Amino acid sequence: MTDNHPRVVLDVENLQVQYPTALGDIVACRNVSLQVYRGEILGLVGESGCGKSTLAMAIMRLIQPPGRIVQGRVVLEGTDLLSLKEGRLRQMRWQQIALIPQGAMSSLNPVMRIGEQIADGMRAHGVEQSRGQMDNRVLDLLAAVGLPRSVHNMYPHELSGGMKQRVCIAMAISLHPSLIIADEPTSALDVVVQRLVIQTLMEIRQRLNVSMLLIGHDMGLQAQLVDRIAVMYAGRIMEVAPVEEIFDSPLHPYTRLLVESIPSIKERKPLRVTEGLMLDLRDPPPGCAFQLRCGQTSEICRSIEPPLLQVAPEHYVACHFC
Amino acid sequence: MASTSIFPQKDPVVDAPRPGARRILGRVNWSLVLGIGLLLGILLFGTAGRLLVSRDGMKLGASDFAAPPSRQNPLGTDTAGRSVLVMMIYGTLPTLTIGLIAGGVGTIVGASLGLIAGYYGGPIDTVLHSVADILLGVPSLMVLVVFASYLGDMSIVTMSAIIAFFAWPWPARSVRSQTLSMRELAYVEMAKLSGCSDLEIIFQELMPNLLPYIASSFVRAVSQGIMASVGLQMLGLGSLTLITLALMLSNAFSSAALTRGLWWWWLPSTIVLTILFIALFLVTLSLDEAANPRLKAARRGGE
Amino acid sequence: MSRIGTSYVVRRLLVFFFVIWATASVNFLVPRLAPGDPMAATLARLSMGSDRVEDGAEIIEQYREKFGLDQSLAVQYLKYLGAVARFDFGYSLASFPSRVMEIIGRALPWTVGLLLTTTIISFALGILLGALVAWRSGERFVEFLAAPFIVLAAIPYYLLALLLVYALSFGLHLFPSGGTTRIGATMEWSLPCILDILHHSILPALSIILSSIGGRMISMRSMMVKVMESDYLTLARAKGLPDGRVFLWYAARNAILPEITTLGISLGFVVSGATLVEVVFSYPGIGYQLYRAIGNSDFNLIQGITLIMVISVATAILVLDLIYPRLDPRITYTDK
Repeated sequence: MTDNHPRVVLDVENLQVQYPTALGDIVACRNVSLQVYRGEILGLVGESGCGKSTLAMAIMRLIQPPGRIVQGRVVLEGTDLLSLKEGRLRQMRWQQIALIPQGAMSSLNPVMRIGEQIADGMRAHGVEQSRGQMDNRVLDLLAAVGLPRSVHNMYPHELSGGMKQRVCIAMAISLHPSLIIADEPTSALDVVVQRLVIQTLMEIRQRLNVSMLLIGHDMGLQAQLVDRIAVMYAGRIMEVAPVEEIFDSPLHPYTRLLVESIPSIKERKPLRVTEGLMLDLRDPPPGCAFQLRCGQTSEICRSIEPPLLQVAPEHYVACHFC
Repeated sequence: MASTSIFPQKDPVVDAPRPGARRILGRVNWSLVLGIGLLLGILLFGTAGRLLVSRDGMKLGASDFAAPPSRQNPLGTDTAGRSVLVMMIYGTLPTLTIGLIAGGVGTIVGASLGLIAGYYGGPIDTVLHSVADILLGVPSLMVLVVFASYLGDMSIVTMSAIIAFFAWPWPARSVRSQTLSMRELAYVEMAKLSGCSDLEIIFQELMPNLLPYIASSFVRAVSQGIMASVGLQMLGLGSLTLITLALMLSNAFSSAALTRGLWWWWLPSTIVLTILFIALFLVTLSLDEAANPRLKAARRGGE
Repeated sequence: MSRIGTSYVVRRLLVFFFVIWATASVNFLVPRLAPGDPMAATLARLSMGSDRVEDGAEIIEQYREKFGLDQSLAVQYLKYLGAVARFDFGYSLASFPSRVMEIIGRALPWTVGLLLTTTIISFALGILLGALVAWRSGERFVEFLAAPFIVLAAIPYYLLALLLVYALSFGLHLFPSGGTTRIGATMEWSLPCILDILHHSILPALSIILSSIGGRMISMRSMMVKVMESDYLTLARAKGLPDGRVFLWYAARNAILPEITTLGISLGFVVSGATLVEVVFSYPGIGYQLYRAIGNSDFNLIQGITLIMVISVATAILVLDLIYPRLDPRITYTDK
């Protein structure tokens, strides 16, 4: 997947992230390649523990030791983030690429007022403004995400989960980055608040025309927002396709499983139980990552890892039988 | 990294089976080894020494008064003509005993109370942890002084007992906060739901995970106990006749050994006590790291 | 701005008075429960001393009356509590007719001066070092700088004091081994005198500071490590904030909060340790007075000093507790 679209904002090539443990290295992301096009929302789905968040952290180079990125390139607007020096990386962070973190509940500094936290990101990147002007900018941002002015002077613990999430969104858009990575922005919220946050994201996307990588595990939710979906399993990309194709004609067995597991109000479906075990990431068997749960494995699946291949325009699958 | 199953599964990192002996060698905690080594050394000094050297050197007037180190008395004598070396050998064990008794009693009482308070919560917990916090905030030595000054000369056991009174809050606190966080964990809920009695839960589920904290508190309590006893004795209180390392220091002071330049009287005890405390400290640190592996990882963080 | 409510403040005050009351009661009970009759001994000694003092007998009579020694235990107790509330601890048995508060009053400033400076310095340095060690973990320089303090933390103040005396006083003759001024010098507000006092105070202060830094450092480091793993630290980094800002305002600012609580708890320990340091250096603070009081079986002075120490520590803890909500917005004065 190395076609050089001029409209590619983020190009991840063969990224591999590992964590050493007492009994061997855990490969959290294995040979991951994907691209985010300008102005689109790319959804990244997979079950808990499949490496989605690790991927997000790796793209922003926020992986903490002892974890490390062992190979790959992360090219954002033409620059490989992995090869940048600290100073330059810090410059690019937030200005070009921003993060809406997974645990927004705990991602805000408990002892700093909201207004201050939103402002310091801007000030760190050269936005020189007087106190009053900065305050206005922050208030504008708060308004953009639907939060009242009073939030400016509050502390994080005074806000509800949904409000904190929206503060994080406000922070992320403050410098108009080219790419926003939203890591499960609605996971810890109840359904009503989820809708609010999704709406906010949709408005943002419309108004600012920003590209997004939306990570999540709820297929139904993703369907409402994204243009294309990438499916991840055990640290590897299994399928990438436009959202309609994923739902109309999922090719990879795992994708099919995910799609079929979405409950429907209209029809009664039998509950598909997933047979098989999760892969041991420390000592994976050779071959396809999905072999232990797939219904249709054969010799080749157990020996050769299927590469991600294009089977239709914008549709890629990693399976020997698709 | 949670799995998709609803049953609690073993976390591959934390629940890894114990590595083989060879692997352990590479991961050995050197401060623990050093600490225990020093402790054993001191113990040896205090026990084997007794077998090798006779008590006679401790008798009053056994040799010249206040004599500097010589062939006959390798560490000199005090103003009563007692050999400093002999006193040190015979004084080591009582010093350690006090720490062990005070620390032991304090830890047992403290850990039990902490466990009960943490597990049952509610009013028991509020009362207990308020009392513990208050006791921690009081300068314990001062209160001990009040007790001791009225009790006059006391046995080692008595002294240990009153010291233990101030030694229990710390283990109680440590065990209580651990119990509180463990109580919330899913497997405890599961145990309750499957009908285990409280006692069973406490001993089978909670206790094993608490052992590192209890061990670390114990060593700390021992250290505290010895410190308190040394403090009391240096002020001229506590056990006044049985020779301990601290008593030697106290006697040295009251005879103005500092200004008279009789360094051999107080320096050796000081050094041995210092080594003792450093050893206990190293062991405490290692046990703390064992209880909270994150500390160790952070120490190696820069790799 | 002021959200002073009732619960938090009231609770702290209750604890404060409870501690003082409890200690005073212990002071009251112990002599009356001890074997023998120290009270009678007290009076006897007072009487002995009074022979040498004019109006001595009268003072004894007043003493008797005031403390109601002829009356029931309950009345004595109440009178005693009343006296404590007025800071009236009676007469020193050994230095009759000096009153206990006089002696304490002369000695207290020395101790307060010593403890205030050493606590502030060791807290500040310890916190700083601890934060740096955690932030730059793995960096050789910082680890080397920090390592000796860890070892020193294990050594009680007074032992360290002895070692320092041996090394710096006997060995190198850099500092005096005791007292606050040269022998025979008079106290006055002149520069040479002040310098002399400072010179004499360096070893005592050093014994406390060197040992205390290590403890602070270790606990600050472990708090920093915890904070550094937090989500808000990750986001702060993601925002591309300068390293210094993240260190100071995101990491250290949060890590320091529990340290303040720990400071309060450790004060009792610090005071106890400082007492023995004063003994080693014959530093004329209340610790040294306590030592002499014990040697003289001056029970009144012992009790008075103990109570003053407990009150001082309790006050310091109260002050810290009252300041804490200003630093941590999550805790308010109306907190239940």
